[in-house]
Amino acid sequence: MKKSFILIALALVCCMLMTACTGGAKSGGKILNVQVGPDPETLDPALNSAVDGGNMLLHTFECLLTVDQNGAIAPGCAEKWESSEDGLTWTFHLRKGLKWSDGSAFTASDFVYSWQRVADPATAAPYADTVLWPVENFDAVFAGEMAPSELGVSAPDDQTFVVKLSAACPYFESLAAFATLSPVNKATVEKNGDAWAVSPDTYVSNGPFMITEWVPGSHIVTMKNPNYWNKDAIKLDGIKWLLIEDSNASYSAYQTGEALFIKDVPTEEIPSLMNNPEFHIDPIIGTYYLNLNCTKEPFNDERVRKAMSLAIDRDYVAGTIMQGTYVAAYNFMGPGWADPAGGDFYANANGGKPYISSDYEANLAEAKALMQEAGYSGSEDNLDIKITYSTNDSGYHKVVAEYLQQAWKQIGIDMSVEIVEWASFTPMRRAGDYMAARNGWVGDYSDPSNMIELLYSSNGNNDGKYNNPDFDAAIDISRSTMDVNERSAALHQAEDILMETAGCVPVAYYTDFYLQSSKITGMWHSPYGYWYFMYADFSE
Amino acid sequence: MTKYIIKRLVMAILTVFIVATLTFFLMNAVPGGPYEAEKSISPQAKAALEAKFGLDQPLFTQYLTYMKNILHGDFGPSLKQRGREVIDIILTKFPVSAKVGGLSVLVSLIVGIPVGCIAALNRGKASDSTIIVIATIGIAVPSFVVCSLSMYLFGVKLGWLPTVGLMSWKNYIMPVFALSFYPTAYIVRLMRSSMLDALGQDYMRTARAKGVSETVSLFKHALRNAILPVVTYVGPMMAYTLTGSFIVEKVFTIPGLGGEFVSSITNRDYMMIMGTTIFLATLMVFINFVVDIVYKIIDPRINLK
Repeated sequence: MKKSFILIALALVCCMLMTACTGGAKSGGKILNVQVGPDPETLDPALNSAVDGGNMLLHTFECLLTVDQNGAIAPGCAEKWESSEDGLTWTFHLRKGLKWSDGSAFTASDFVYSWQRVADPATAAPYADTVLWPVENFDAVFAGEMAPSELGVSAPDDQTFVVKLSAACPYFESLAAFATLSPVNKATVEKNGDAWAVSPDTYVSNGPFMITEWVPGSHIVTMKNPNYWNKDAIKLDGIKWLLIEDSNASYSAYQTGEALFIKDVPTEEIPSLMNNPEFHIDPIIGTYYLNLNCTKEPFNDERVRKAMSLAIDRDYVAGTIMQGTYVAAYNFMGPGWADPAGGDFYANANGGKPYISSDYEANLAEAKALMQEAGYSGSEDNLDIKITYSTNDSGYHKVVAEYLQQAWKQIGIDMSVEIVEWASFTPMRRAGDYMAARNGWVGDYSDPSNMIELLYSSNGNNDGKYNNPDFDAAIDISRSTMDVNERSAALHQAEDILMETAGCVPVAYYTDFYLQSSKITGMWHSPYGYWYFMYADFSE
Repeated sequence: MTKYIIKRLVMAILTVFIVATLTFFLMNAVPGGPYEAEKSISPQAKAALEAKFGLDQPLFTQYLTYMKNILHGDFGPSLKQRGREVIDIILTKFPVSAKVGGLSVLVSLIVGIPVGCIAALNRGKASDSTIIVIATIGIAVPSFVVCSLSMYLFGVKLGWLPTVGLMSWKNYIMPVFALSFYPTAYIVRLMRSSMLDALGQDYMRTARAKGVSETVSLFKHALRNAILPVVTYVGPMMAYTLTGSFIVEKVFTIPGLGGEFVSSITNRDYMMIMGTTIFLATLMVFINFVVDIVYKIIDPRINLK
């Protein structure tokens, strides 16, 4: 009796568990399954600071301006816009008849509210000063000394949004297209607080798609927004974002057809994918570089820094160690950055030729000579400099470190590698508590200031503690002038100084490598690391 | 018995309190913080964030506030997953992990106990050696290998099973298999050795001498005694399995709690670290308590004092 009771109970539990296992999968129509990253930390535009979150926000929200397929600024919510002569007043004219995804009317005051919300210190928006720094009264508002309503934004009528700047910002249009400054719906934000952005029921947006389902750690479903002004151009019924964290898992999903696009490809599969037409390697604006702590010996001597830079065989690092998923960097600013004077900043740098020659043998000889000039042996036989190189262990960081050990040994440097856990690594580097370390940056927008200012003496990301008054002076000019040619010249001069003094050591330019099924048409990839699926279509 | 239960309850609360206190100070002693990234946010933005979540307060004040809040059932907001409460994350993700974990505990018991017994009863024969070899492999092969291999074979090559998420019952097969692989093997070995031990005991000889049938002597006498070590093992194993596995959940994209344990630490999401730790500690203490009671039922000689 007792035994049969236990058996029946066991069977019941099994049945319950099995029935609990079924269900799920709804929402019909033409749904594109893609993977761009794991669970986003937030999909509140003001709070997001991650690339994968930013990629989804591009599809659920639309800013004043957008970036088109060619990387040029294009109309978004604003149909037309103009700036005053002095560049301090920007006026945006919104499209007529704009609506939120819940059908309510969308007006210029929604932008006023959203921009004030980003500036409000109570919102604690991580990108607030990156995107709003030039706006009048921003500093005081963000410091809590002024009310958010004092921010220099206004809506004279429902169709007009005006921004007043305290300093001219030559790339202000890029900021107006930045996801952080997406409009958010005041009614839902005020009713639900920070939680408005975690549930599809309260997630009101204005972009081509709207969230209809979010299972954290599993998937997000965004369906076509019937209230989007350009809905007729949208061919998909929806996009399902698979929140896969493991690259082997995403690769399996791609192979089984569960995903038609994956961003995370396992690096060990790359050699076998090189001839696959569905495997893409696209450059993005960003550089993998090394910091040599300029406050510490021997790196306070620019000859040593320069020698260490020259001793690296960049073609070997990018092509072999990084399996061709990076591009050798002979400048700090790689291809894709927009020259304020027009054209590609990279193509115009250093009179059109790379700062570092690609002739490795000659570079190495020069490196040895520089080391001797600085008073060291510069030879493998006498390792008279001992340094520690710090890095976290992910991607190619460790193998690059092992390569550097070999490379720098040739010029008399005995390097040991210190692997630091990720969450400890960045604060340690920021505090300057290291000798040499890896670093990297991917541009938020294509204005060169976004990356070259990292080396400005007082910049919060100046981890190498590079401090060169000439460099700072050039940056100061680039910040203050409204003349595009003068600004361009100043930025180029800054890079000249940086490369001449080896303020940091560029190694490789980042790329995005991904698998995209040939069934997909009409999508594109931007040099900021975003994929645009909104106008995509796919064949069954 | 009542006295025993009250005593255990007080001990349990004390244990969880100590775990919470130690975790709180240890996690704050580790360098880094929740708002560190490759691109540092500005000091002003960081200050605004820290002020919002009370991280600018002295550590001891933070500790007191936190302890006071959890007494009111308030585990605070996640510092990284903005807009989500820690308790909501745990309560939505735990059932998912518990479902997958519960199934694999069942599988490992249903497979492990009989197979272990079979091995013991056939000691030295070919079937015993085969079981031992398979069980040893089961213990030696790490779960990520099991995950990747099964995913490659059944998902990619044969195309029988889906590899992402938990949309249908088919999605459960591979994760449950991967998750139950190790405990099954462990239970087989445990069961085999304790069964062998029990079979050699005097009471078994006595039972046989008294003419008790082989089935009764095996199930009533040997199995009941032999199962005690398995019960001891299954208790904590259940707590770990129910709360999810980081690796299995990551590989099969299961929205469970397992991933939260690990990512909360690498993210320095202090609120999540505390929430998940207290949750696991409570579950652990509770299951151990249940195990003790079960002991008493299986073996009346055990004195609960």
